[in-house]
Amino acid sequence: MALLEVNDLKVHFPIRGGILNRKIGAIKAVDGVSFSIERGKTYGLVGESGSGKTTTGKAIIGLNHITSGTVKFDGVDLAGFTSKKSDIRKDIQMIFQDPYSSLNGRKRVLDIVAEPLRNFENLTKTEEKKRVQELLEQVGLSPESIIKYPHQFSGGQRQRIGIARAIALKPKLIIADEPVSALDVSVQAQVLNFMQDIQKDLNLTYLFISHDLGIVKHMCDEIGIMYKGRYVESGTKADIFNHPQHIYTKRLVAAIPDINPVNRQQQKVYREEVEKEYQQNYNDYFDQEGLAYTLRHISDSHLVALPQKG
Amino acid sequence: MSNNILEIKNLKTSFRINDDYYAAVDDVSLSVNKNETLAIVGESGSGKSALAFSIMGLHTKAKIDGSIQFKGEDIVHIAAGKLNKLRGNDMAMIFQDPLTALNPLMTVEDQIGEALLLHNRQLSKTKRKERVIHLLNQVGIPRPEYTCEQYPHQLSGGMRQRVMIAIAIANKPELLIADEPTTALDVTIQAQILGLMNDLKEQMNTGVILITHDLGVVAEMADRVAVMYAGQIVEIADVYTLFQKPLHPYTRSLLNSIPAEDSVHDKLHVIQGIVPSLQNLPREGCRFKARIPWISEDAHEENPELHEVTPGHFVRCTCYQQFYFPEEKVEEESSHGTS
Amino acid sequence: MWKFIVRRLLITMPQVVLLSILVFIMAQLMPGDALSGLIDPNIDPSAIEEQREKLGLNDPWYVQYKDWVTSAIQGDLGQSFRFKMPVSELIGQRLVNTFWLSLATLIITYLIAIPLGITSGRYNDTLRDQLINGYTYIGFATPLFIFALVMLWAFGYGLGWFPTGGSVDPGLEPGSFAYIMSKVNHILLPAISMALITTVNTVQYLRSEIIDTKQKDFVITARAKGASESRVYRRHIFRNSLLPIAAYFGFEITGLIGGTVFIETIFSYPGMGLLFMESVLQRDYSVVTSVVLLFGIASILGALLSDIILSLVDPRIRIK
Repeated sequence: MALLEVNDLKVHFPIRGGILNRKIGAIKAVDGVSFSIERGKTYGLVGESGSGKTTTGKAIIGLNHITSGTVKFDGVDLAGFTSKKSDIRKDIQMIFQDPYSSLNGRKRVLDIVAEPLRNFENLTKTEEKKRVQELLEQVGLSPESIIKYPHQFSGGQRQRIGIARAIALKPKLIIADEPVSALDVSVQAQVLNFMQDIQKDLNLTYLFISHDLGIVKHMCDEIGIMYKGRYVESGTKADIFNHPQHIYTKRLVAAIPDINPVNRQQQKVYREEVEKEYQQNYNDYFDQEGLAYTLRHISDSHLVALPQKG
Repeated sequence: MSNNILEIKNLKTSFRINDDYYAAVDDVSLSVNKNETLAIVGESGSGKSALAFSIMGLHTKAKIDGSIQFKGEDIVHIAAGKLNKLRGNDMAMIFQDPLTALNPLMTVEDQIGEALLLHNRQLSKTKRKERVIHLLNQVGIPRPEYTCEQYPHQLSGGMRQRVMIAIAIANKPELLIADEPTTALDVTIQAQILGLMNDLKEQMNTGVILITHDLGVVAEMADRVAVMYAGQIVEIADVYTLFQKPLHPYTRSLLNSIPAEDSVHDKLHVIQGIVPSLQNLPREGCRFKARIPWISEDAHEENPELHEVTPGHFVRCTCYQQFYFPEEKVEEESSHGTS
Repeated sequence: MWKFIVRRLLITMPQVVLLSILVFIMAQLMPGDALSGLIDPNIDPSAIEEQREKLGLNDPWYVQYKDWVTSAIQGDLGQSFRFKMPVSELIGQRLVNTFWLSLATLIITYLIAIPLGITSGRYNDTLRDQLINGYTYIGFATPLFIFALVMLWAFGYGLGWFPTGGSVDPGLEPGSFAYIMSKVNHILLPAISMALITTVNTVQYLRSEIIDTKQKDFVITARAKGASESRVYRRHIFRNSLLPIAAYFGFEITGLIGGTVFIETIFSYPGMGLLFMESVLQRDYSVVTSVVLLFGIASILGALLSDIILSLVDPRIRIK
């Protein structure tokens, strides 16, 4: 059984307008998304800004209200849960994009990392301190760090503090929302390596949200591509990168800069071809509102949003 | 006539922190030719943006030593009025975040029009509008007449960056500095903007300095690449050489730390330690020494200089000759053991 | 944008209603009623009671509130027992005086604030800025009524440059040039006194706006375009910094109300503020409630005005 099963998830935000500021419509930020993640795997959720990938992540962890659909975690539907203190919630944690703003600058590292422990576990001061020190060692920071403040750390170290907080309650699933986007290349490598290490050690499952296809390719086993709140394509890494079927996916893959300057011309030609196809066949891939069609299997693992034929 | 439009010699840009000056750009020399893209690569704190700001004279509180020759004229000690005649006219700049770089209270037409007006007082209002619309067309904005009247907040990120580019190319500059022009944009938009910049460069014969941390962008755009670390250029070469035969330990480490085609699921390379802050930059010896402690002390030069290894390929310090990745050593030893 | 303004107006309505209820309750809580001061103590209590019944003073509170609101909307704010004239008429004369005083104060406030704020913000941490800052700190620390007294003593009594009370010299024909000049002459000293103190808020506000705007990225863009430093300030920094100042305008009005109470009392200037003080001291309740109601409405309208100005000048709000 999959650890996380998301079925027909919808998150709609009301649009208010008119003189009386009444609801006059809805932004369909997430509009019927389904996927599942197996235990110990990393699932990549990819899309450009405004595609709804972050909203999906936040809905799963309970930060966004779910309009309809089910989110089953370990067989239990989360959509019905409202309390943030329930035991299931502590099995899911989130890592945020910006290590500079997601940590409270006025709190010591001890208080930051201990916060989830205080919410869910009754520990004495000494027990708590010991746990936090262990966690910091686990993420490669010295135990003395507990008395420091976030601004005394570099970006990569701060992201490690964020990770220490996320793994404090021994979660089963971590939702990582653009965890390395704000970091320098070399620090990025450090955090990504480290995330892979703790995944093995703690048997973690990741929902990895990112716009960077290079990193997604490096990290993920399965990938879903989102556009305007809907899936356009999902499948294994090989499905997506070697046999992209939807024009949107192709365009996304073609846009990744090639690291070898020798391929420059070739890449340019390929990109122009894809762009031409995108312009010409746009109406074949999207409905009248410019939204993706329903996903259809083209192999066991590979789903593409193509219109019904005939 | 020479092709060279920018020649920087021994540039040193220092900032004052608590009564002491610290050089963020330390002894940088480089040149840019017409119709050439020079990429400057480095991580945050490498001094790449400080270098760009020095060229444009945009530092308000910095001490600048050395010389920057633009078309044969020194622009470090130039009078403000003369510099303003060059800026936005012969040399222009594009910034990272097009939302904050555009004035929120001015329409697109006014912002592009200002760049035109500043360098051509005679331009009539109607002529100016024609030029603005032409420029918007040139940067691929679909409905220029409509966009003219809009304010930055009404445009998407990609459109805003196109407007920024229109401002920069308004007077057909000979030198264009782009400071992380696509970092804030989505990848498909990035591809479009980079394509646009390349086309415009070809059309106008412009020399481009592209500042970025993204090696993928460098591989696609650059003719030559300068890698900066801790305020200095550590390696400079044409783009093919740099990607195929990188020499400096920092360049090699950077290239190994990005997830590439064939390295899938392998460990990424991690550079030890952290980028030192401006006040803590090592000012003596090889600045990268502390990050590669497994390399023996004698591999480094006492006063590291740029050595021309092959024509046009310069590497700082001699440590590159003995550099290896710690992972490689382990592999070597284990393969020795089995055989 | 029109939707925004209409919606904003609609929000204002309940505020005014709430205000009127509060003012009404306040009036009810005050000792005595409309008859207390008028009545000869020798009159038979039953006759008084009869009178009360007739005037509706024994009705339940909501009936009384309804009557009060209905007549207030029709312009009948009751009788002033001290002046023995309708409150509306009494306020009418005073309102005009306060209006001119407030307008003069506002103009002088901005005449001082804009150049000082701009200088201070542009050349921050220089000697000029420190001097201006010194002035603003003194302004913050000095109570308005003490400062006004000193001004009155120095320029009114001491040097004799300005009149020391009233709003116009007696015996001048209304509308004549001499009459207008006399009015201006009477307004000047109180207006300057008030402006010198209240302007420090705006100076500081403008200063910090400019220092903030100076560091914005679009200022760098302007320099990179080749704009001269003076143009950068004129076209980019000042314009963007003055926007919040324009929006602050409505709140200045609210601030003025408090100021006029002190200033008019000290300069014996016959405006709303002086009327308010006198009526409180004389327990002329119908006047007090009316003035409080008007002050309250002015504050609400000030806030409304601020929002509307902001929505008009800021394209980010004007065009969604």
